[in-house]
Parts: sequence; structure tokens; C-alpha cells
Amino acid sequence: MTPAGTLNPRLQEIAEDFTALTGPERLQLLLEFAGDLPPLPARYADHPDLLEAVPECQSPLFLAVETDDDGTVHLFFDAPPEAPTTRGFAGILHAGLDGLDAEQILQTPGEFSAQLGLQDLVSPLRLRGMAAMLARIKRQVRDQRRP
Amino acid sequence: MALSFDSAAKFQEYARPEMLVSTEWLAEHLQDPGLVVAESDEDVLLYETGHIPGSVKLDWHTELNDPVTRDYVDGPGFARLMSAKGISRDSTLVLYGDRNNWWAAYALWVCTLFGHPDVRLLDGGRAKWIAEGRDITTAVTQRPRSDYPVIDRDDSQFRAFRDDVLAHLGQPLIDVRSPGEYTGELLHMPDYPQEGALRGGHIPGARSVPWSRAAADDATFRPRQELEAIYAGEAGLRPTDEVVVYCRIGERSSHTWFVLHHLMGYPHVRNYDGSWTEWGNSVKAPIRRGENP
Repeated sequence: MTPAGTLNPRLQEIAEDFTALTGPERLQLLLEFAGDLPPLPARYADHPDLLEAVPECQSPLFLAVETDDDGTVHLFFDAPPEAPTTRGFAGILHAGLDGLDAEQILQTPGEFSAQLGLQDLVSPLRLRGMAAMLARIKRQVRDQRRP
Repeated sequence: MALSFDSAAKFQEYARPEMLVSTEWLAEHLQDPGLVVAESDEDVLLYETGHIPGSVKLDWHTELNDPVTRDYVDGPGFARLMSAKGISRDSTLVLYGDRNNWWAAYALWVCTLFGHPDVRLLDGGRAKWIAEGRDITTAVTQRPRSDYPVIDRDDSQFRAFRDDVLAHLGQPLIDVRSPGEYTGELLHMPDYPQEGALRGGHIPGARSVPWSRAAADDATFRPRQELEAIYAGEAGLRPTDEVVVYCRIGERSSHTWFVLHHLMGYPHVRNYDGSWTEWGNSVKAPIRRGENP
């Protein structure tokens, strides 16, 4: 089991990918994550009321969390194409957390976005949106885990 | 070398028609030497998804702000930034951006503090350019460095600080935030991150005129007559008034500052960029809650 406060191997690799790059390349990588964010499945696209709003993001973002009986967590995000930064944050969380076990998600440090080397490029204020998404994902995972 | 002005009929009604260019004008002049186009957005990656060919990116968060002190860059910092973007003191600088140009208006206001001689806004901004199907590109813009001189920032004419606003109480103030922020019901913009103010409400005497009322559905500025009806009619401003505009951090109020100063020609309009994130945290600063000024 991973000790609390450390990144799971997938997020760790994402953080290493970012920090190995120069500034402009990091923005390009964030843009790739924005492009790779999967579209919502029809059951959410047709029922946006099932999604939770994340008002802390600069542009509107909506997310949904599903936990299987075996504890596997699935994440769904919706953000408009004209909000690529917010989509990029969602893309990172999807690539780093989707399909993991509930426990692994709950152990993700709240301030992990600080390890991506984006503060000076994106601004701390904009990065708060990613921390807010993670906090809401964890809260939903916790709620769904209750018997 | 300054470029000719856009002679579009709509602009001639404004007090300073030379402050705006239309998408048609820009498309026609895109290759002109002496022109630099800069995109300023809320979303720091939007420029990378596609921008007007040849334009550079100018980011408020990461470039126009001092990284340590809550202030804008100083003279040497601004000179470094402009030089790196290939903008010269005699460039015609055309700014455009997302969200009805509000960040572009903010960048324009900061350029004004440094007295950049020729800086204009693209009426309708990014949304109108794209809606009209005009060229955008993801190609990285390469502009040769320029040698922008070090100019001291002059905050005296168009920028208000907290003490200036305290001394101004009783004179016209325009609060451009959403109605819920004005009344104190909400501490921040609907759907936006909480930007930390301990108290909600507005500065006593401030009239509520949300900034977006000056923008039409296609993100262009409303015609002069409609602006007069809103600001002179409803809000009761007179051209000779000393006016202070504010919002949460001074970005949306830059849009209103542009409208009052450049489009309506009011000479004495200052933007209070400390805005609610300063006032709402400031010990003993007077606050009024509810719908009345």
C-alpha cells in the first residue's frame, strides 16, 4: 500500500513528465490533456443535473464519480472547449485517477497540483480549480463508500 | 509608425473612435508593418488552441502582475515584457480576448498606465473573430525582439487606491460586479472561485451597473446611445464627474473604465484595482449591504 501523502504511480509519472519539460512545453502538455479528456457518456450528457458543479474553477466544470462494488472509481468530467485550462486539469485527474481503487484516490495529496511545475505558468489562482476538483472527487468517493 | 484609424460608422459616434478597430479592419491590416496584435484571455491556454495569425499572447496573471507584490510590473518590467513580445513604443497595439474583451480591456488599461501611445481594442474580441469564420492558427508567432524604453508607470490619472476611494466617498462610484456581489449576498462572482473577501456588500454610494451591460450579444460594445441611456440615464453620471469604478480585482471594471473614458469621453475616470478583495478585507472600511447605494 502506498504511504499516505504520496502520489500514485500514474500521477507520479504525470508530475515527472511535466517537470521534465520547459515552460512552453508544459503548457502544450496541459493542452494535450485537455484534448484527451473523454466526452461524457450519454447517461450524463443527457442528464447534466446528475453532475456536480465545481464553482471554484475559473470556467464552469462539472463532474461525476461512480464507485463499483469492488471499490473501483470512475470519473466523468464536462468542461467547454473554450476553457482548455480547466479541461486540462480535468484531463490530468482523469488520466491519473480514473479506474483506481477508492483508497488510492483518497490518499492523493490535496496540494498535488503544486508538483506539476505550473504555478508560474498558469498562476496559483487558476491552479486552485484543480485542488477544488480533487476535493470534491474525494468527498464523493467517501460518501459512496459508506455502507 | 501608427496605422490609420478604422472609419467604421458605429465608432464615429464614440468620443474616441480611434480606440476601436473592427474585425474587418483588422483582417485587412493584419500584415501591416507597425501593427502588433496581442490576445489577452481569462483562460491561459486559449491562445494556444488557436489565435489570430501573427498575434502574441499577453497574460494578466503571469505577465502584467508583479510576481511578489500585489501590483503591476514596474517600468523596467514592462519594458522587458514589451521587448520580449516584439512590441515597440511606436507600435499600433491591438488587443483582443475572450469573455467580451474584459481581460483585453484590463491589459489596455495597464498599457495606459505606461502611456503606450497607440493601443486599441478589437470590437467583439475573440468571439466575433471566430464567429465570422476568420483565420486562426496554432502556429507559434515569432516576432523579433524590440527595444521598448523604460517608462515610469503613472498611477495618478487613471488608477485609484484605497485611500483615494475613502477621500472620494460621496462622489460617483460604479460597482460593476453581479447584483448578488453588490448586495452582499455572494462574496464572489457566481460560478467563479472564491477570491477571499471577509465582508460582503458594496462601497457606500456606489451604483450597481454590471459591466456586461455595456456589451452586446456578439461581444461588441453597445452603440453610444445605448451606453448613454445606461450610464448617464440610469446611473445618473455626468461627463464632468469624477468617477471611480471597481469590481473584485479590477478586471471587469477595466471594461467599464474603457466605456466611460474612451467611448463616452468622461475625462476623470479611475479604476480601483484593489476593488472588493481589498475593500472587503480592509479594517473599518465602510460597507453598505442590500440593494440601495
